[in-house]
Amino acid sequence: MTDFKPNTLPLTGRARADRRPHSLAEWQALGGYSAVEAALKLSPAEVVAQVAAARLNGRGGAGFPAAQKWRFMPEPGQSPGTGPSYLIVNGDEMEPGAFKDRLLLEALPHQVLEGAIIAAHATHATEAIVLIRDAYRPGIAAMEQAIQEARAAGLLGALSIRVHPSAGRYIVGEETALIEALEGNRAMPRKRPPFPAASGLWGRPTTVNNVETISLVPHVISMGPEAFSGLSWTDEGGTKLYGVSGRVKRPQLIEAPMGTTARELIERCGGVSGNGRLLTFQPGGGATGFLGPEHLDLPLDFGHVARAGSMFGTGTLIVLDETACPIGAVARHMRFYARESCGWCTPCREGLPWASRILDALEAGTASAADLDALRMIAAEAGPRGRAFCDLMGGAMAPLASALARFGDRFEAHLTGGCPQRRLA
Amino acid sequence: MSLSPDLLARIRDASAHHGGPRAAMLEALRMIQQEHGWVSDAHLAEAAQTLGVGLAEIESLATFYSLIFRQPVGETVILLCDGVSCWLNGAEEVRDALMARLGIGFGQTTADGKYTLINIACVGGCDRAPAAVVGRDRRLVGPLSPEGVAELLEGGL
Ligand SMILES: Cc1cc2nc3c(=O)[nH]c(=O)nc-3n(C[C@H](O)[C@H](O)[C@H](O)COP(=O)(O)O)c2cc1C
Ligand code: SF4
Repeated sequence: MTDFKPNTLPLTGRARADRRPHSLAEWQALGGYSAVEAALKLSPAEVVAQVAAARLNGRGGAGFPAAQKWRFMPEPGQSPGTGPSYLIVNGDEMEPGAFKDRLLLEALPHQVLEGAIIAAHATHATEAIVLIRDAYRPGIAAMEQAIQEARAAGLLGALSIRVHPSAGRYIVGEETALIEALEGNRAMPRKRPPFPAASGLWGRPTTVNNVETISLVPHVISMGPEAFSGLSWTDEGGTKLYGVSGRVKRPQLIEAPMGTTARELIERCGGVSGNGRLLTFQPGGGATGFLGPEHLDLPLDFGHVARAGSMFGTGTLIVLDETACPIGAVARHMRFYARESCGWCTPCREGLPWASRILDALEAGTASAADLDALRMIAAEAGPRGRAFCDLMGGAMAPLASALARFGDRFEAHLTGGCPQRRLA
Repeated sequence: MSLSPDLLARIRDASAHHGGPRAAMLEALRMIQQEHGWVSDAHLAEAAQTLGVGLAEIESLATFYSLIFRQPVGETVILLCDGVSCWLNGAEEVRDALMARLGIGFGQTTADGKYTLINIACVGGCDRAPAAVVGRDRRLVGPLSPEGVAELLEGGL
């Protein structure tokens, strides 16, 4: 690998250390809104072509190519009926271990806004909505301020854009549940198809993209697609806003070329804390399967991590050293997913609390061998994709199934007297 | 106490701007909570009437969201992260220290009405774990420690 290129941090290079957002004038002095100006001179199809050439994959968890999603959006007059088309920027970030969109919203709201204006142009969207979770009120305030300034300066043109503050519930981040939430319903996922591009918010064409995806869009335009895709070590374009937390000495966000390895990221955090030796890590937040020390040199992008049997998810690593208990980690993840199940499908509504109770019992030392069998059964039955209405259940099962496969002996060890790490402590 | 004329006017405005009264329900709930700290039955009914939506409709939404409070909360709400990254850095020790110091459990309010303690999904403060968000502006605090809890509370959240 060639040397890291510290001067090429398009996404975070302009963020202030104290995360104070820029005023419009300050942002423009840093080159802000020149990408918007350039993009609006291009046709929507030309913008989409550039994003395709940049090989920009969505950063919301699934890594779907942004340009491909945008191409599903009908041109004006081509969708049945009349009314607006929507671009929704997903800032619900509630995945355990994910803390990247917080920075982008709080410290770099004008960058999000630039991306939204360009993406709206490319997708023929007439209205844009930025949904932000309630716990991110500093981000809500920063975005609202940025929108107000840009509107007053005439930078929004005909685009109508607003912030929708949510009020806590993880499922709101699932794109069809998010659309339900915006319509004023309890946020329960919708059946797909139809996909949002065909029938989304109020039945109108809708695109949902993650905050980080949208924040990268201006850089595709200003750098040009080749330079942008060249920022990556792999065939997935751009830089990635990685995060590393858990048992590392200096947990932090790190913008780095897509395809950077866990070894490099953990080193930049001062190394593993606890006993200093890596036991395992989740590559992309709570809903991703555990990888091990043998994956330290794996380029972290959507393709490589999927081929290694996990998922890249949010790209925010959760690190466990040898003194941390993976069963304890899965138990806490499971409590969260069980709590956040919307309750629509039986395996998710009933299975997650069941798994959660068994995991808690394992930790406490009150679980039986039959409980452990039940846990394996739940993971086998509920784990595969397509067994539930949305991906929440599969996401909840990923850490459980991978922990059972990787740390089976540790599960067994919990049957006699509970968590061995706890007894040591 | 009923909702102020100003708040009622803002709720009416919200329903005009956001694609109909149903879509404005959450915003109305948020506005009520901003002013009163929580959403009482009486206020819920007033909001339903002002928006022209059913009481059951707005109530089902209010109870869906974990951060719409349907009972009174303290002056300062402490939302303590129960995500794994915080757990790996001692969040449960901080939780125990906070509970001991405040004399309350999760979902409870201190007798003097000052603090409410609630556990919450990962607050996106993994680089400052263990972390919490506090108060109306949801200020991120961390890394917290059991010893630092007293200081945190005295420092005026
Ligand atoms: C349970 C659940 C929660 C999700 N939460 C989020 C979220 O908070 N933010 C986000 O961007 N995507 C979230 N997603 C993924 C979205 O459904 C959607 O794929 C994403 O916003 C698309 O953005 P992208 O194409 O830019 O990656 C979630 C998915 C599921 C199943
Ligand atoms: S998988 Fe879970 S969260 Fe998703 S629709 Fe079914 S019950 Fe709801």
